[in-house]
Amino acid sequence: MFLTITATGTPGSPATDLGFLLHKHPDKAQPFSTSYGTAHVVYPEATEERCTAALLLEVDPVALVRRGRGKGRGGAPDSALAQYVNDRPYAASSLLAVALSTVFSTAMKGQCAARPELPGRALPLRVEIPSLPARGGPELVTGLFEPLGWTAVVRPVPLDVTFPEWGDSRYVSLVLESDRLTVAEALRHLYVLLPVLDGAKHYWVSPDEVDKLLRAGEGWLSDHPQQRLITNRYLARRWSLTRQAEERLETERQELLRLAQADDTEVEEIDNAVPAEAEPEAGADTGPDSDAAAMEVGATEAAAEEAAAGERPVPLARQRREAILAALRERRAARVLDLGCGEGHLVRELLKDTRYDEVVGVDVSVRALAIASRRLRLERMGERQASRVRLLQGSLVYTDSRLKGYDAAVLSEVIEHLDLPRLPALEYSVFGSARPRTVVVTTPNVEYNVRWESLPAGHVRHGDHRFEWSREEFRAWADSVAARFGYDVEYRPVGPDDPEVGPPTQLALFTLCADTGSERHAGPARARSGHATREEASA
Amino acid sequence: MTDAPVQEARPAGRVLPVTDLSLVVLIGASGSGKSTFARRHFRPTEVISSDFCRGLVSDDENDQSATKDAFDVLHYIAGKRLAAGRRTVVDATNVQQEARGQLVRLAREHDVLPVAIVLDVPESVCAERNAARADRADMPRRVVQRHTRELKRSLRHLEREGFRKVHVLRGVEEVENATLVTEKRFNDLTHLAGPFDIVGDIHGCSIELESLLAKLGYTDGVHPEGRTAVFVGDLVDRGPDSPGVLRRVMSMVESGNALCVPGNHENKFGRYLRGRQVQHTHGLAETVAQMEGESEEFKERVGRFIDGLVSHYVLDEGRLVVCHAGLPEKYHGRTSGRVRSHALYGETTGETDEFGLPVRYPWAEDYRGRAAVVYGHTPVPTATWLNNTICLDTGVVFGGKLTALRYPERELVEVPAERVWYEPVKPLVNEAPGGHQGRPLDLDDVRGRRIVETRHAGRISVREENAAAALEVISRFAVDPRLLPYLPPTMAPTATSGADGYLEHPAEAFAQYAAAGVGRVVCEEKHMGSRAVALVCRDAAAARERFGVDGPTGSLYTRTGRPFFDDGQVTEEVLGRLRSAIDGAGLWAELDTDWLLLDGELLPWSLKAAGLLRNQYAAVGAASGAVFPGALAALEAAGARGVDVSGLLARQRERAADAGAFTDAYRRYCWSTEGLEGVRFAPFQLLAGRGRSLAGVPHDEQLAWLDRLVEADGSGLLRRTGRLLVDTADPASVAAGVDWWLDLTGRGGEGMVVKPLGATVRDAEGRLVQPGVKCRGREYLRIIYGPEYTRPDNLERLRQRHLGHKRSLALREYALGLEALDRLAEGEPLWRVHEAVFAVLSLESEPVDPRL
Repeated sequence: MFLTITATGTPGSPATDLGFLLHKHPDKAQPFSTSYGTAHVVYPEATEERCTAALLLEVDPVALVRRGRGKGRGGAPDSALAQYVNDRPYAASSLLAVALSTVFSTAMKGQCAARPELPGRALPLRVEIPSLPARGGPELVTGLFEPLGWTAVVRPVPLDVTFPEWGDSRYVSLVLESDRLTVAEALRHLYVLLPVLDGAKHYWVSPDEVDKLLRAGEGWLSDHPQQRLITNRYLARRWSLTRQAEERLETERQELLRLAQADDTEVEEIDNAVPAEAEPEAGADTGPDSDAAAMEVGATEAAAEEAAAGERPVPLARQRREAILAALRERRAARVLDLGCGEGHLVRELLKDTRYDEVVGVDVSVRALAIASRRLRLERMGERQASRVRLLQGSLVYTDSRLKGYDAAVLSEVIEHLDLPRLPALEYSVFGSARPRTVVVTTPNVEYNVRWESLPAGHVRHGDHRFEWSREEFRAWADSVAARFGYDVEYRPVGPDDPEVGPPTQLALFTLCADTGSERHAGPARARSGHATREEASA
Repeated sequence: MTDAPVQEARPAGRVLPVTDLSLVVLIGASGSGKSTFARRHFRPTEVISSDFCRGLVSDDENDQSATKDAFDVLHYIAGKRLAAGRRTVVDATNVQQEARGQLVRLAREHDVLPVAIVLDVPESVCAERNAARADRADMPRRVVQRHTRELKRSLRHLEREGFRKVHVLRGVEEVENATLVTEKRFNDLTHLAGPFDIVGDIHGCSIELESLLAKLGYTDGVHPEGRTAVFVGDLVDRGPDSPGVLRRVMSMVESGNALCVPGNHENKFGRYLRGRQVQHTHGLAETVAQMEGESEEFKERVGRFIDGLVSHYVLDEGRLVVCHAGLPEKYHGRTSGRVRSHALYGETTGETDEFGLPVRYPWAEDYRGRAAVVYGHTPVPTATWLNNTICLDTGVVFGGKLTALRYPERELVEVPAERVWYEPVKPLVNEAPGGHQGRPLDLDDVRGRRIVETRHAGRISVREENAAAALEVISRFAVDPRLLPYLPPTMAPTATSGADGYLEHPAEAFAQYAAAGVGRVVCEEKHMGSRAVALVCRDAAAARERFGVDGPTGSLYTRTGRPFFDDGQVTEEVLGRLRSAIDGAGLWAELDTDWLLLDGELLPWSLKAAGLLRNQYAAVGAASGAVFPGALAALEAAGARGVDVSGLLARQRERAADAGAFTDAYRRYCWSTEGLEGVRFAPFQLLAGRGRSLAGVPHDEQLAWLDRLVEADGSGLLRRTGRLLVDTADPASVAAGVDWWLDLTGRGGEGMVVKPLGATVRDAEGRLVQPGVKCRGREYLRIIYGPEYTRPDNLERLRQRHLGHKRSLALREYALGLEALDRLAEGEPLWRVHEAVFAVLSLESEPVDPRL
């Protein structure tokens, strides 16, 4: 909420020209009202040698929360503003950019009626922003400003000096210096780049935002090496979803948000069934495991493809789906359960093939199902087509009579999202209770992790993976499940089968012994050796 | 029976017995007087007429084109009524065999008796009556003629069609004068409340039977306190003395000291006695040989006894069902061949196991009924409850033991077998390995909109979207439901204070309880950490025995059921320390339990809330800490230049001070931990132990237990909770309470919780009083309402907060929590406990101001 702009000058070109350029008198303290609070411009110094203008935005935190409050039953669609404990009153966020453009609108346009020759002139400038949220880290701050002719000194702000082990905060203290830029250019850089560096979305992107960006970016944005990142971030989530869809999604996560609050955790910690909307520059700032994660979730195919360019031309997620589809075709399954269907990628593939009469996508995440439903365009689907597909909220740690009697069930990249002690419940509900003829299980092969260059040693591929198994571990598990529940099992590699560490994904294909077995419940107590079944079934 | 319709005095006619739960099919031509008859003898809601259904679907009771739809509706309604166990009367001509066949099938589908009542009235009378009715005046005569013809043809084979009772009333007069009496079903002994001693499969083991009866307190088949023995069948075969067992049981039944249901072995033996061809396998040969020496008279008596046995009994107002092989709820009190065969043989999956024995369908796992089902049939090593059912066949004849269940006490009484009387085909194993609750719960027990019945607050409903969110969190993050018997309720804050500089102040809390008529309250120090529930078992064996888990000795979880520590070893370490403290305090023996459930707070806050601290609290601290030095220096410099910034500068100084205070506030609740080094647990309530919910124990007793725990803790894990008793009617005591809070919060404490000393308390109107209200400290609230909340204009706006929903939510969750504890203590099935726990979590996702 605070920054200073300092010009240095000479008697021939006094620093106090800054006052003319900014259209603010150095000897006055002037308040300006903006949409988020009062902005003040004061000059801590104003001499021929140095002139500093300070912009301070006083944000009203209480009003901010009330503004963030959404419509509908207890809705608070913008969780970034719903908290009274909020960095907005302190950090140089996108709110400050808005204030900047309000207070210095003429200066930004490069106009000065009194001294028309001034705006075109480059000045030795210094900009100080003591508390700047820097999504993407200090490197990105440098990477954004230096190509524009600034020298940037970026100093990370520690989270809390009394707890050095907590490390640095997401804020930096930034000093920019240049003698090649005009004041208008400096202001336009800040106007665009402050929101780009600010993680939170405090306002919805309005239709004229593109024009605003083009105007402010004129002359520098198109040649900027980070042009794509700047554009995407500035326009926030405009590309991924319409505003309405966005609001709906936010409403869908309200219940989970409250449960997270009850537990003093962040909503992201529990609402992670659906990967965050993929941004084209994913990987630049979402943490070290992001491209492995992108590969894994399959939601960000474009990103995954990019990340895997050359080495793995077909994204792993697609290879996995192809392996699953091949297995289902071999088993001549017509009625298929996709257990843990997520956003419905596999469901969509299955629907394209008329050999599947009935496709049921099951997921525990309501949000995932809502996205799946939209992606499949369920509401607009023809009756005949729609009758082939159903999406259900379900849980694999409970038995569910709706899931009985299917030809096949797919558990693709699902088991590793369950805590190990809960796995027996899944085994029972799938193999003992639902008891489809065929079960396809895929899971990461942890041995392969050494081949992901971007994945630090010892890390799992996705933040929510509770475990990742070696080939041996997976087979031990699957063999024991098969024996207990009366299935045969075979294993297949998915992706390049590395001679040393095996394939990135391992697949187990379970087949109900003798395939005539009862559709009824047959739990571990009644587990039988696979060979005895044929005679029994006819008994 | 209460459902007998009011009878008018009329000349003595025929008396027709009609079973209380049956499908009564009236048969008669149009105009034979069926509707009048139905009105006279049945309640209006019992009767469904085809004319009425025709009207429902077509707006015209005589629209014959609507007949098919009308009967669809009729069958649908009848089916719903029968499924709900209500007698149903079908008022339609029913003169065609096909129409009756559908109704007989419907009755069988719902396992009720089909009863036919024929109104055989002369055609002329029918025609005359129809002519007199405006809506039927133009009905052709041939219709009635056809009806009458078909009726005559039908009369001969109604029994063969499946009607279990057929009453034919001939002529107008007999119809007019008939009386109906409602008969109870044979299996309906709901009026008998016991107490009962239910005895498992005996199989001719008369020595063990006599020992068991003696142990139960019977002398020569009679109990001095008038208890009734109930035998679950399989009295005979395999064992050494089936006649002796029969003699004992028959005499007890005949003298009214016992009830008996048949087992499959009696059934087969009965067929043998009637001279049928049966294979002398599975121990029948032994019985036949033993009967050689018995008199013909005895054999006849046994035959009659077996023939007269009723497949199952419903006892004690429907709370208890006894049968041989177990019975799903939909068959309780029903009467059909299917029910009998189920009661005798149970359901099999069609498969056979490796010993060549049929694989039994595990019906008890699916059982969700309220009635306890006590049965035998399948030998198990030990009788254990599963979903409110218990199998008492403990294989005495195979060298196991003979078991009886005392009801309603639910105590097991056993005597061991004298020897192995008969070699078992396969070893005795429990149906459900991994404990009596070994299998996952069913989604239908939690999914969708639900109503949970609670003892303390009646019916509490859960919305579908809230259940959906709870399902996601429980499924993906929570500990095993067996180790998650409780979730803590939310708590409302005290009413908003108007006092200068305060949003919350104890004065309101004390006043609130005084107004509710609560005199004595306890103020308990609020520890600022993370809420934690600990389930501690005395050892792994106790955890296996009571909670059916193999390995862990308990659990430690957050308020949404997530494990506190990712590493199970760390959890065990904490449980171990708690266990030693409980050992040291002698609470296992004192509370007669081998497990305890504790509610408390785990500290420091930074342990579990690290993500939130980093991304929100410390982040705001960092952002504000970085900005103010520069901003203040700039304003000061401007001021020094003579620019008028005095107001602005003063404001920024205050804001800087507020931000500093905020940072200080959260820092107090953070400290570094290394493993368990630095971790503290502050228990504030013992929730339950074996057979007992402790939630209603007054807080002074609770705190005394907890103090002993803290004292006995040698590990430094446990932290004492500071407290002060306050009398809400005594101003001096209230002032002391306020001072105590000021002192506590002045030293950086989070605040306190004020609770009625009596724990679970009701007000004068009988409504539950809030079990506690929190009163948070002025500095602590910066973490909730933001660094600058204390500025007067902010406070003024923040005072506009609405507590109503939060209070209601707190009470509903409290009642659900108590319900979970009661169900747990009473040994109710896991799904019942889980239902209440799940509902607490669901309600936690209701929209309510998160700052309250």
